[in-house]
Formats: sequence, structure tokens, C-alpha cells
Amino acid sequence: MADLLSYPFMQRALVGGILVGAMASYLGVFVVQRRLSFLGAGLSHAAFGGIALGLLLRFEPLTVAVPFTLVVALAINWVRRHTRLAGDTAVGVFFAVAVALGLVFLSLRQQISTDAFAYLFGSILAVSNTDIGVALAMSAVVLSTLPVLWGRWAYASFDPESARADQLPVDRDDYLLFAFLAVTIVISVKVVGIVLMAAFLVIPAAAARLIAPTFVAMTWISVAIGVLTAVGGLFVSYLADVPSGATIVLVQAAVFFAAMFTRGRNG
Amino acid sequence: MADELLNIDDLSVRLGDREVLGSINISIPNGALLAVLGPNGSGKSTLLKTLLGLVPADGGRITLRGRPIRDAGPGQIGYVPQIKSLDRTFPARAVELVASAHGGRWPGRLSAETRSAALEALGRVGAAHLADRSIGVLSGGELQRVYLARSVARRPALILLDEPETGVDAAGSADLHDLVDRCREDNGSAVILVTHDWEAAMHHATHVLLLRNRQVAFGTPAEAFTEETVRAAFGHVGHAHAMFSFHGSTHG
Repeated sequence: MADLLSYPFMQRALVGGILVGAMASYLGVFVVQRRLSFLGAGLSHAAFGGIALGLLLRFEPLTVAVPFTLVVALAINWVRRHTRLAGDTAVGVFFAVAVALGLVFLSLRQQISTDAFAYLFGSILAVSNTDIGVALAMSAVVLSTLPVLWGRWAYASFDPESARADQLPVDRDDYLLFAFLAVTIVISVKVVGIVLMAAFLVIPAAAARLIAPTFVAMTWISVAIGVLTAVGGLFVSYLADVPSGATIVLVQAAVFFAAMFTRGRNG
Repeated sequence: MADELLNIDDLSVRLGDREVLGSINISIPNGALLAVLGPNGSGKSTLLKTLLGLVPADGGRITLRGRPIRDAGPGQIGYVPQIKSLDRTFPARAVELVASAHGGRWPGRLSAETRSAALEALGRVGAAHLADRSIGVLSGGELQRVYLARSVARRPALILLDEPETGVDAAGSADLHDLVDRCREDNGSAVILVTHDWEAAMHHATHVLLLRNRQVAFGTPAEAFTEETVRAAFGHVGHAHAMFSFHGSTHG
């Protein structure tokens, strides 16, 4: 096992896995509690459109996918706030448009399909130093804003009307949450893959919800599950030579079912 | 009037093209209980939301203690929402919900001081024994008590209750009205109660506002509840006949 850690690609994959595991499972508690699970699927597929555009333009895909997904996330939030459409409908529209754009972009340059496969399903070999740098920067942003935003997001998740009555900037905070989700999803795609990214946001938080008596406990447990399953999943993925994203999600699912059958059945 | 707490002068509110509230002119003193009644869609909840700053007024002026209500600060207005509108799956204990009254955010780890203040507030509404229970297992009446504790924890000048009888059995609703009376006496807080409960309005209110998108009547219960005003607000008198007998009215 120690030999594995001597490989630079494995070191990068582990650091990346821990960072995105912590961020996705932290933000995931708000996604789960606000019933926004479909948003994770929508934004990860929006990232597909951005990555495909990056590959087409021969840019580093992340540099295109981050702003692309950010715009889609903010647009989804704007539509659900300013139109009569439900949030899942807004996600459904942008989800489809982004995937359609991604497929068109990929079809324009056929030799990029191998790279696209790594993004779709995740690959520990694909994590670069640039990815680690971006993940570290985003982790620093998430961590530095946690003391202020956790309590406000939590309050607005439980009772947005009272939070507004208490003069909290609920609408602005929602845009920030969507923006953080967009960036976290894009930088998680290398490890997890587009197809399974939504599970990465939802499963640790859902497992934590089954166990935790309080929201602060739910948050800590979710982050612990996110980090530990990312590390465990990456090792299994390497040893079994199977895609990293799928392996991590299956390890997360094992934790979720264990939580459900031990603590979660009485609600 | 020196003890006037809340003044609403010619308030109007539009939602889109529709005027949902117009010509509202009321004034209530400290310690008052204003019951707001009207049919569904008459603007009762919109009035509460306007007072809370959730819906902007289209015209008119609202002052609390002589200052614009939006400058009153969040601690000056307590709010007990409809229980059915809350997310009961949220993982939280009652004591945390009360503690969220301080600082305008959800509490992480409760300090001994914050927990003590929250327990004291729960004790004032007879709910100290609920402190460490999950909000998901509380009955509607118990959760309303917890929310009331959250409101009184800040010792607000004004407490707003949105249809507290919804999702709560008759006994729980009666208990809550008694508790609200006690909070008014202890704190001197005024209360605005949006309700469909005529009985509660008759027995507990010092003032009544009848709405049908405009102010139909305002005054003491005896002044506001007449066959004419009830018919104007609701289109019929219905169950209110018994109430007119209660007031010694000759109508009926």
C-alpha cells in the first residue's frame, strides 16, 4: 500500500479526492436538505458542455468548464426565482441544453473522444497539478467562508421565510451556494466523472442525515464520509483497475446502506 | 398617543397587476392583540409579510415606535410561521431552534450561555422539557410553543402569528392562545394574530381587523364584528351568528 503512495499520480489523485470529497459532501448537506439533488446531476452535465467546449477549443478544459458551469448554475437559480417554473424544471432545461451542446462540440473534433471518456467516468490518472491547485484554491474559499455561510445557509435551508424576516441576504446567499456548487462540481469531475458526480454530492449527506441528530453533526459526518470514501474508493479503484468515480460511489453507497439499516429506519 | 406601538397609514400592496391590500389604516398600543380575519385571499398573510419586510409596500407608511418598521431591527419583531410550512425533516433539536433567535443564523455548537438563554425562553412557554427533542418528533402544538419561545427569547416589541390553529388540534391551539396572553402580560409585547378562529379572536383580541383586500373594519371586537362588517368581509354571516349573540347584538 505504501508503494502506491510513492506514485505521483496517486498522490495527486488522493489529494484531489480528499479535497473534492470534503467540499462536495459539505455542500451536499445543503443540497440534500433543500431537496436539490437533481441540481447536482444538472450542473455536472452542464460541466460536460463546458469541458467539451474546452477540448474543442484546445484550452485546458477546466478553464472553460468553470465559467460555463457557473453561468448555468446562476441561470438556473435566476429562472427558479423569477419565473413560475419549479427548480427541477429549470434544472431539466439547462441540463438538456448543456448536454446537447457538449455532444455537438465533441462531434466537431472526433479525436477528443478518449479525453472525454475520462471526464465522463473519472480517472485517477487524469488529475493534474493544475487540478490540485484549483481544488486547493476552492477549498480555501469554502473553508474561509464556512464560519459565516454555514449558519446562514443552514437557517435558510430550514426556514427561508424567517431567515428573510431576520434580514439575512437569503437570495444572495443562494446564488453563492449555487456558484460554490458549480465550481466544486467542475473540479471534482476528473476524480468522480460527470455521470456520477451527483451521487458524490448526495450520498454522503444522505447517509449523514440518517445518523445525525443535528445539522452540525450531519455536516461533520457527511464530510467524514466524503473524505474517507474518496480515499478508500481510490485505493480500491487502483487495485481493481476500475474507474475511480464508480468505485468511490459504490463505497459511499455501502456506507449509506449501512447507515440506513442501523439507524435510519425509524426516520 | 404615547403608548402607540404600531401605526399603519394608508398601506397598499400590489402583487403584479393586482392590488392585494389597500387603504389599511390601523394603530395598536403596546400589549395589544390584534386579530386579523378575512376570507382566503383577502390579504391577511400579505399584511404579515409586509410587516416582516418580505413583501414591499406599494404605498403608505408603517412605523414601529415612531420609526419606519424596516429600521426596527430583526430582534424587534418575533414571528411564528405556519407549522405546515416548516421542514420537519431538518435535523435539529428544539433548543437549537430557539438559539437561532440570536445572531440571525443557525447555531453550530451551543455555548453554555446560549443554551441557558434558550432553556430560559423555553421555560417561559412551558416547553423546557422539549429542549433536547428532535423537531421532527414534536407535535404541531409543541413546535408552535418552541417557535413562540424563539420569538420571546428576543423580547420583541411585536409578535406575529400566522394562522396558529393550522395543523394543531383544538387543545393545542387554546394552550397557545393562553401562552400568547401570558407573553403579552410578561413582556408588554403586542401581538398580531392572523387567524380563521373567530372564537380565539373574540376571547383574546383587544383589536380586530377585518380584511377583504381592503380594510372592512377595525376596532375592538365589539366594534369590528357586526353583521354588516362580517357580511362585507366574508359575503355571508355563517357561523358568526353565535358571536353576535355573545356580544349581545340584536342581529341574527
